[in-house]
Amino acid sequence: MYDFALFSAVTSAHSRTFCNGNSMALTREQIENIAHLARLALAPAEIPVYQQSLSAIFEFVGELDRADTARVQPMAHPLEGLSQRLREDRVTETDHHERYQANAPQVAAGLYLVPKVIE
Amino acid sequence: MSLHTLSLAQLAKGLRAKEFSSLELTRMLLARIEASQPKLNAFVTVTREQALAAAAAADRQLAEGSAGPLTGLPMVHKDLFCTEGVRTSCGSRMLDNFVSPYDATVVAKLRAAGTVMLGKSNMDEFAMGSSNETSFYGPVRNPWNPDLVPGGSSGGSAAAVAARLTPVATATDTGGSIRQPAALCGVTGMKPTYGRVSRYGMVAFASSLDQGGVISTTAEDAALILRAMAGFDPNDSTSVDLPVPDYVATLDAPLSGLKIGLLKEFFDKGLDAENEKRIHEALAVCEKLGATLREVSLPNLPLSVPAYYVVAPAECSSNLARFDGVRYGYRCKEPRDLMDLYKRSRGEGFGAEVKRRIMTGTYVLSAGYYDAYYLKAQKVRQLISADFKRAFGEVDVLMGPTTPTPAFPIGAKTSDPITMYLNDIYTIGANLAGLPAISIPCGFAGGLPVGLQIVGPHFGEAKILNAAHRYQRETDWHTRVPEAYR
Repeated sequence: MYDFALFSAVTSAHSRTFCNGNSMALTREQIENIAHLARLALAPAEIPVYQQSLSAIFEFVGELDRADTARVQPMAHPLEGLSQRLREDRVTETDHHERYQANAPQVAAGLYLVPKVIE
Repeated sequence: MSLHTLSLAQLAKGLRAKEFSSLELTRMLLARIEASQPKLNAFVTVTREQALAAAAAADRQLAEGSAGPLTGLPMVHKDLFCTEGVRTSCGSRMLDNFVSPYDATVVAKLRAAGTVMLGKSNMDEFAMGSSNETSFYGPVRNPWNPDLVPGGSSGGSAAAVAARLTPVATATDTGGSIRQPAALCGVTGMKPTYGRVSRYGMVAFASSLDQGGVISTTAEDAALILRAMAGFDPNDSTSVDLPVPDYVATLDAPLSGLKIGLLKEFFDKGLDAENEKRIHEALAVCEKLGATLREVSLPNLPLSVPAYYVVAPAECSSNLARFDGVRYGYRCKEPRDLMDLYKRSRGEGFGAEVKRRIMTGTYVLSAGYYDAYYLKAQKVRQLISADFKRAFGEVDVLMGPTTPTPAFPIGAKTSDPITMYLNDIYTIGANLAGLPAISIPCGFAGGLPVGLQIVGPHFGEAKILNAAHRYQRETDWHTRVPEAYR
């Protein structure tokens, strides 16, 4: 299905899953739910496109199941020997809010404006 | 030899010898950039006025004798490094109107070193892409053939260096975004060890993978720039507090006795036959220089692309949650309420591929799927990292191809994201393990450049730059310039 022999095992496993009908094609509702969680408004025409491509991506990454990770610790950081530093609890930043708010879509009296939240 | 084809090191000598001024050099390159823009689209912003002012200041320093090694040398920054007072778009509509309030540490260091910024290079949106086709500002074209992609995500930086519009450019690499475009454009691309270069002020995509680096014509120039941009930064909590070696001083060390590992998994049926020939020819050059070759196997490496496409989107969905249409960036017109403001600002501000990755990440981190995808991918990442560690117990560096094929046509892979993702099949491993790696030109396949990749152990930058430099002393592939830009 893809041109890379490195993944021939991966992709043929995909096809097997797919042909057995075990594939997890995402429904329209699932895409709408993911988009809601991600706070993304999608146009109606975008939904089937993401249904197809996200389903293919989850099939593809599902091949991670082939690896035996029973006794493996998850790796969160590429340099695991070096732990995250702490710094002294001291004020180092000065007030930059005017400079930063120059990029804001709408501000008034030093506040960011959004549509009314409480009636 | 004309000025634009000189390396950074050669330009530095010429500036000092007063053969030309920084202002003359800067004007010449700005003219080349402006002339190339309709053809290549390598830039999002050209900073003409600032560049001329910085060049004039550099010339004063050069005249006074107060100049440093990089004073007056022109360069370009990828448009995801914040540059005070200048737009940082990240190739996105979301940040089309964003003017950086401060400099990224990398930019500040290179500015303090006296470099002259010519402009900001085009890139895949939020660095998500392997072809520079996801940019809001349109695709960058490959200087070797305008119908082909330059690679991505640092496609603008690679194309600009290849077309000799700038001697060097900054770039970033999350899954291959420095090395892959460097290979496809026939230039040198260096990704340092994770934590070697500060990420402060670099717009975040996947924080455990992102690393800033440099694209140049030679390994010597990469060493010059890396020496200036690397180092500890208290503003980046993952920055590593280790001294920066003098990468330039060790460039000429002999390669006799260097043990080179050939990654068995890289030489497979997916590798273009012409590409493979060029790699073996390059390896023969290294052998002639006294290095020894031995095959090594990293059995878990074939799972690097699927592991990456869980970890990177997960981190992307968290990082890009900051774009809310409230504090900065794009805001939709006439939001009905706060939820509508969030959703439409993000839905309209992000392009299709960025939305795909945010949704992929959101899904793998969501309740019920976290263990099956995210935790599993992190465990596989551990396995891949352990494979590399084992290999570096046996050999000093690993060598192989940077990409499976040379540059492909614009539009050829846009409809199938997984085919596009597989472009980074040989580069992603180094990101997952946090390793330094370089791609250098090693010949042509069908008239298009081929890249040789050299991967080193953590903080092994000096060794891979040394190997690359010695190879470049024996060959002239890195001096080849596309015909239209000679």
